[in-house]
Amino acid sequence: MVVQEYEVAVVGGGVVGCAIAREFALAGARTVLLEKSGDILAGASKANSAILHTGFDAVPGSLEQRLVAESYAIYRSLHERLNLPLLPCGAQLVAWSEEQEAQLPAIVAQAHANGVDDVAIVDAATLRDRVPALSPAARAGVTIPGEALVDPWSAPLAYLTQAVAHGATALFNAQVTGGAFDGAAWSLQTGRGPVKAALVINAAGLYGDWLDRNLLGTAEFTIKPRKGQFVVYDKAARKLLDTILLPVPTARTKGVVVCPTIFGNVLVGPTAEEQESRSDTGTDEATLRRLMAEGERILPDLAALPVTAIYAGIRPATEEKDYRILNRPAQHWITVGGIRSTGLTAALGIARHVLALHGGGFTPPAEITWPEMPNLAEHRPRPYQGEAPGEIVCHCEWVTRNEIEAALSSPLPPCDPAGLKRRTRAMMGRCQGFFCAARVAELTDGRLAFPLCPGGGDE
Amino acid sequence: MSERTVTCDVAIVGGGPAGLGAATELIRLGVERVVVLEREAKAGGIPRHCLHSPFGLREFGRLMRGPAYAECLADTAARAGAEIRLGATVTALEPGGSLAAVDHAGPFRVEARRVLLATGAREASRAARLVTGARPLGIVTTGALQAMVHLKKRKPFERPLVVGSELVSFSALLTCRSAGIRPAAMIEAGPRTVARWPSRLLPLALGVPLLFESRITAIRGTTRVESVDILQGRRQRTIECDGVLFTGAFLPEASLARLGPLAVDRGSGGPSIDQFGRCSDGAYFAAGNLLRPVETAGQCWREGVRAARAIAADLAGELPAEAGVPLAIAGALRYAVPQRIVAAPAERSGRRLQIRVPAAVKGRLTLSAGKRILWSRRIDALPERRILLPLPDATALGDGETFTLTLTPQAETAP
Repeated sequence: MVVQEYEVAVVGGGVVGCAIAREFALAGARTVLLEKSGDILAGASKANSAILHTGFDAVPGSLEQRLVAESYAIYRSLHERLNLPLLPCGAQLVAWSEEQEAQLPAIVAQAHANGVDDVAIVDAATLRDRVPALSPAARAGVTIPGEALVDPWSAPLAYLTQAVAHGATALFNAQVTGGAFDGAAWSLQTGRGPVKAALVINAAGLYGDWLDRNLLGTAEFTIKPRKGQFVVYDKAARKLLDTILLPVPTARTKGVVVCPTIFGNVLVGPTAEEQESRSDTGTDEATLRRLMAEGERILPDLAALPVTAIYAGIRPATEEKDYRILNRPAQHWITVGGIRSTGLTAALGIARHVLALHGGGFTPPAEITWPEMPNLAEHRPRPYQGEAPGEIVCHCEWVTRNEIEAALSSPLPPCDPAGLKRRTRAMMGRCQGFFCAARVAELTDGRLAFPLCPGGGDE
Repeated sequence: MSERTVTCDVAIVGGGPAGLGAATELIRLGVERVVVLEREAKAGGIPRHCLHSPFGLREFGRLMRGPAYAECLADTAARAGAEIRLGATVTALEPGGSLAAVDHAGPFRVEARRVLLATGAREASRAARLVTGARPLGIVTTGALQAMVHLKKRKPFERPLVVGSELVSFSALLTCRSAGIRPAAMIEAGPRTVARWPSRLLPLALGVPLLFESRITAIRGTTRVESVDILQGRRQRTIECDGVLFTGAFLPEASLARLGPLAVDRGSGGPSIDQFGRCSDGAYFAAGNLLRPVETAGQCWREGVRAARAIAADLAGELPAEAGVPLAIAGALRYAVPQRIVAAPAERSGRRLQIRVPAAVKGRLTLSAGKRILWSRRIDALPERRILLPLPDATALGDGETFTLTLTPQAETAP
C-alpha cells in the first residue's frame, strides 16, 4: 500500500479539527484530516446550541476565556468572506429568585474582568420590554449584547472546505487504530491505510483520551461524556423571541437556555447528563417533557406551539473545566482536548493557538481563496427567494433541488441523510420528511453511502 | 427584479380534495377568477399516493383508487375553468388576502379578494411524539412511505414496526404488502384499534401481530433501526425490526396561518373559524383537514364545496360581517370546530358543530351560555370519530354571553 505523507495529520473532523486543518493548510502545511466517520461533525460538534459566545462567563485568566475572546473576533473578521451568517441578537441572563438576583453583580464583574465591557444589569421592566413574551416571574437580569447566533454546521464545513481548497486532504472512515513515532515522523495506521505525518494533532473530541493513551501510552485527562438533550420548537415560536435567554449558571452547568436559532426556530436545552457512553445520543421522553416544561415556564406562550425536532449531543468534558491543550514537541504531538460547549465559538482561536504552539515555518500559499458557503440562515436571502430557484423540494424549510444537487457534488459531500440535512436543511423542518422524503430519496439515489431508501420497490 | 403579481377573485392554497372541490364549486357559482396554488408537481393532495382506500363515490358517483381520484378532482377543476398553478409554494400570508409565493421562475405575489386555505394535514413525526431512543435511519410516517413506494418505487425498510391503528395505519399495511415489506408487528397504545372493528382483521390476514396497550420505550440502532423495545401491558419486550413506521396522529398543516396573521386554535391545531369557515382575518377562509385532524377525502371535498358557497356569498355581500362569539371547550374534549359562532340563521352555513375526544369516554356533554345551560346530553364517545352536534344559535345569546361546551366524564369506558 502507498504510504501517504504529510507534514500535519489532524485527527478528528469536529469543529476544532476542521478549524485546525484550515489554519495549517492556510499556513502552507501539507495537511491531512483523519475522521473515523463518513462525514465531519459526527461526534460532539453535531449538536450544540449554536451560539457564538463572548466568553463573558468564562473563568478569568483561563485558556478558554482567552481563546473564546480571540476566536469571536476572528469569526467576525472572516465570516462574510466565507458567506457564513452571524446574527447578533444578544443574550439576557434572567434571575428568577432573590438568590439568583443576588448573583448578578458578580456575573457582571466577571464579564468586565473578561473584557466584555458592555454587559450590564437590567431590571424586570427592561427585560419585559426586550422580551414581551417572557414570564412575568422574571425578577431582573443581565444583558450581554455581544452574544450571537451562528450556523453550527456550515461554519466547520467552511473551515474544512477552505483547507481542502488549499491542498489539504480529508480522509473519511479513517479511524486511527495505531501508530509509531520514529523521532522525526509518525506512521499512523488508519481505516484508509497507512499515513505518515511529521506532526499529529489530536482533535479526537470524545475519543481524545483514548487516542493519547493508545498512541502515546499516556493521557493527561479522561473524557467524561456529558449528554445534552434539546427540543426544537416550530418556527412560529420565533415571533416570541429574538434574543437568547440564559439562566443564572450553577457550578456544574450553564443551565437550560431558551434560544432562537439562525434557521428561525427556538430551541430549549441542553440537559447535562453524565454517562459512560461516548456515542449514545438517544433522547428520552421524560427528560424532553421536563425541558419543555422549563422552556414554557420561561416563555409561557411556547406551550401552544408544536415541537419540530428533538436531538442530543455529547460534550467531551474532562476532570477540569478548562481546555486541555498540551504540546509535546519532543513527540511531535499536540493534544487538543476537553473542548466543551464553547468549541464552536473558540475553534478558530484554538487553531491559531495550536499553530503558534507548533511554531509554523511552512511556506504560505501565494493567494488565499475564500469558498462561499450556501446560506441557510433565515435572516439572509435564501435561494428560493431569488430569480429562477427551480423546484422547491422541502416545503417546510424551502430547500431547492439546486441546493441539494450542490451539496451532493460539493468537495465534502454528505454520506447520509443527516449530513444532507445539515448542509441543506432538507427534511429538517416541522414535517420531518412527511412531504419530501420520497423526493429526497429519489434525488439522492446512489449518492449517499447510507441511503434513505436502501430498497427498490417490488410492486 | 420585478415582482410578478397574480390578481384573482379567490386564491386557494392547496390543491387537494378540499381545495379542488372548492375551486370547481366557485366557478359553478359564477366566481370568475379562481387560482389554485399547489406546491407539488401534481395536484390531488394525499390521495395521489393512497392506492387502496375507496375514493370518489360521493364526488363522482363511482369507486376509484386514490391516484385516479386525485386526477379526476384536478381535471374537473381545470375543465371548469380554475387556474391550477403547480410547483407554486405560498411562503407567507399577509393581512387582507395578499400572499407571498414562489414558483420555478421566482417569487410572485397573489392579490385575492378572498383566500381559501386548504393545506391539509400531516402525521406527527417521531420528534413531535418525543419517542425515546436513538435516531437511526428507517423511521418514517405513512405519508412518506406511500410516496416512496407508490410514487418513487423505493423502500425505506423491509421489516418495520408499525405504530398506530387508525384508518391510515391499515392503509399503510396494504402499502407495505404491495411493496413486499413485511411488518414485524403493529402496536396500539389503547385497548382496541382506533379505526372501526373490521380493520383489525387485516393484520390477521397479513400475518402481522397486532399488540394492544403497547408503546415504544426505546428505538435502538446505530446507522439503521435494529430493534425497538416496547412495553406491552407490564411486559417489556424487544422487537427485531429495521424500521419504525409512525402512522396517524395527524396534525393540521397550519404553519402558514400560525406564522401569518391568523388565530390558531390550540385544540384543533387549525385556524380558528366561524361556521362559514371564515378565519380571524375575514379575507381568509379554511376548509378540509387544515381545520382539524382528520377526515376522509370525501368529507374534505364536501367541506371545500361548502366553503366555496360561503365565499361566493361573502363576495356578493351576503355574509354577516361580525366576528361572532367564541365557543370554548372544557373537560374531556380535544376540540370543537367552529370556534366562533356568528348570529345567523342555521341553514345559512349548513355546518354543524364538530367535536372530538382525546380518549374513549362516557359522560355528559353540556352547552352553556354564561351561567345558563342550553342543553345537556349523555355521550359515549371514542377517539378519532367524527361527532356532530347542532350548531349553537348565537341569536339567542344575551349581552356579553359566550358559549362553553363541557364534557364531564362519568366513568372510564371499560376496555
